[in-house]
Amino acid sequence: MLTQIEGSRAIAETVALCRPEVVCAYPISPQTHIIEAVGVMVKEGRLAPCEFINVESEFAAMSVALGASAAGARAYTATASQGLLFMMEAVYNAAGLGLPVVMTLANRAIGAPINIWNDHSDAMAVRDSGWIQLFAETNQEAADLHVQAFRLAEELSVPVMVCMDGFILTHAVEGVDLLDQATVDAFLPPYDPRQVLDPANPVSIGAMVGPEAFQEVRYLAHLRQLDALHRIPAIAEEFFGATGRRSGGLVHSYRTEDADTIVVAMGSVLGTIKDAVDIRRDAGERIGVVGITSFRPFPAQAVRAALAGASQVVVLEKAFSIGHGGVLATDISMALQGSGCVVREVVAGLGGRPITRLSLEKLFYKAAQGELEELLFLDLEVDVVERERERMRLERRSGPSAENVLRDLGARSEGPGR
Amino acid sequence: MTKRPIRFYQVGSFAVGNRLLSDAERTVQSDPQRSNSIDSGHRACQGCGEALGARYALDAAMRAANNQLVAVNATGCLEVFSTPYPETSWRIPWLHSLFGNAPAVATGVAAALRVKGRSDVRVVSQGGDGSTVDIGFGSLSGMFERNDDVLYICYDNEGYMNTGVQRSAATPPAARTATTDVVGPQPGNTFGQGKDLPRIAMAHDIPYVATATVADLHDLEAKVERAMSFRGARYLHVLVPCPLGWGSASNETIHIARLAKECGLFPVFEAEYGTVTAVSKIRRPVPVEEYLKLQKRFAHLFGKNPHPEMVTHLQEIANRNIERYGLLDADESPAARHAEVES
Repeated sequence: MLTQIEGSRAIAETVALCRPEVVCAYPISPQTHIIEAVGVMVKEGRLAPCEFINVESEFAAMSVALGASAAGARAYTATASQGLLFMMEAVYNAAGLGLPVVMTLANRAIGAPINIWNDHSDAMAVRDSGWIQLFAETNQEAADLHVQAFRLAEELSVPVMVCMDGFILTHAVEGVDLLDQATVDAFLPPYDPRQVLDPANPVSIGAMVGPEAFQEVRYLAHLRQLDALHRIPAIAEEFFGATGRRSGGLVHSYRTEDADTIVVAMGSVLGTIKDAVDIRRDAGERIGVVGITSFRPFPAQAVRAALAGASQVVVLEKAFSIGHGGVLATDISMALQGSGCVVREVVAGLGGRPITRLSLEKLFYKAAQGELEELLFLDLEVDVVERERERMRLERRSGPSAENVLRDLGARSEGPGR
Repeated sequence: MTKRPIRFYQVGSFAVGNRLLSDAERTVQSDPQRSNSIDSGHRACQGCGEALGARYALDAAMRAANNQLVAVNATGCLEVFSTPYPETSWRIPWLHSLFGNAPAVATGVAAALRVKGRSDVRVVSQGGDGSTVDIGFGSLSGMFERNDDVLYICYDNEGYMNTGVQRSAATPPAARTATTDVVGPQPGNTFGQGKDLPRIAMAHDIPYVATATVADLHDLEAKVERAMSFRGARYLHVLVPCPLGWGSASNETIHIARLAKECGLFPVFEAEYGTVTAVSKIRRPVPVEEYLKLQKRFAHLFGKNPHPEMVTHLQEIANRNIERYGLLDADESPAARHAEVES
């Protein structure tokens, strides 16, 4: 049923349809509305039998979730940013133990400086944890991905993280077609754990493994992710069959036929990019878009196929590896090795900086002219940065850069003729 | 809790031979049908107090739970010596996750069991003092505050023994560890405020808090049984000497544990809903020296350059415990006792 609904609420309603058995919650913006809504539903008894546990930290949230999962319950939690980092050790542990926890990550920047707005730094920080990471483009896809995530996680005994842009999606009210219980029940069978804590059949879970077997265990985890490369599109196809909706999968292409330049991105920014691409198409440029839904496992083959024919790929991402450059761009470059295709990295939207259609149009125009540098920070206030560099050069105790930059921006905006 | 005191003074200890007791009073360990939750063949050091304490505690918990028990384990000696795959000493379902999250993992297990309608299956979470009083402290407090249906057992050997004997917040003042060496003007661990976890647990007003030592295994078993009679968060703090870390003879583990209690440094008591309900009185008072001298970690207090002021300070800590819990009968106050000892 198509409902005008906040993104967080849509996620809560959809998670509820997945019949979670243990939900643990610790508040962090912009994830709060999700767990609040699930909490109300549990307290009302709508989800019985389901335990909603208010924990004392994100580290406990993931620990409770993995304990519940090991005891055979379907476990769910949600977090963002600092919360994800605080639970990091347990995030790796859940994956290492092969426990199919599902978690919503309301993508948010990581401090310092503290910043509650959206970018993808948090997801990138756990890139190598062994979790499957799916990025939603819209609230509809975010909701649908949760149903697919439980299915995928439990089939493969691998935890799945559904990444949705904080505020941009979580707090946006728009039309979402919520599923009904019968459809979800038919799509998502009850959780049948591969290993479980059971007094009738005692097993030891989580014991030490030495050098003689550790590499094999890790490689098996890698193989399970490679299995996911087959299961993600198959589950998306089945989901299409059940709902008539195309959600999920590995990658999505938009107007890439005959494209010389293809823009690659993840998450909600794809909407703005498509608008800008439409405009550049109207201007006669041969440009298209590929959205990556499955970041881990990374679908190198699907990416290669989707980008075949392009002479230039522009990877626009909301995170970067400081001292190196793009994270997604590095993966894309790896996938395109030997193809002769030029890869350009664009870092944009850090800490919630708006990525405007106008900026993208200019960017794509520049790309069409073959004028993009290797690594570009979109809409970077270069003069402000240079002035701060100068302050740091002149004075040892120059103070916090974050403050100086803001003062500089303030002074400029108050200055004459600005 | 009422129980008939059993005193067999002829053996000089409470190590009562089970054959002298009625069936009902015998230990769980004396029962050939005991569960052997931790089976033999593990890799604990000779004289390990933790292995002994865990064996008694878990078998008692198993009996109380009708053999329907799940154990969650923090990283540490107990986890390491009992398991490396493909071997395991655990004959009960056992989960090790991380160093600092065993209470939270147990909360998750308990929640799952509740959802599954398996209220017959009970949950024990356990760890050493490092995981309990330091790295897992927040997690433990959270579990207490929510009153989750978990018995948490801390096996306190007063340091990070698994990593090579470093200081924890449970390491006593003056003790030598690898990170509080016997150098400088204040050799050994500093005299701080201490972190008294049983009292902190009591401050959460949880149903049951108790301390025990491996010197009185009847008492340990009885406390586990009592703990298992409650639902909600319960805390058991067991003093388990570590021959390796304490520099004591492996055949002295029980003796040293008994002296820790008898000198007053380790008060043995029970509390329900935040109120002390029973204390194990000191039976034969001893000055702290008697306890300290058996351990190389305190050797610097007595050698060529002794530190009597530190011994006095430790005695003051013991005296404070004796006063706080009323560990001596009226005519055996610390002052009177000291006079007697010194005469």
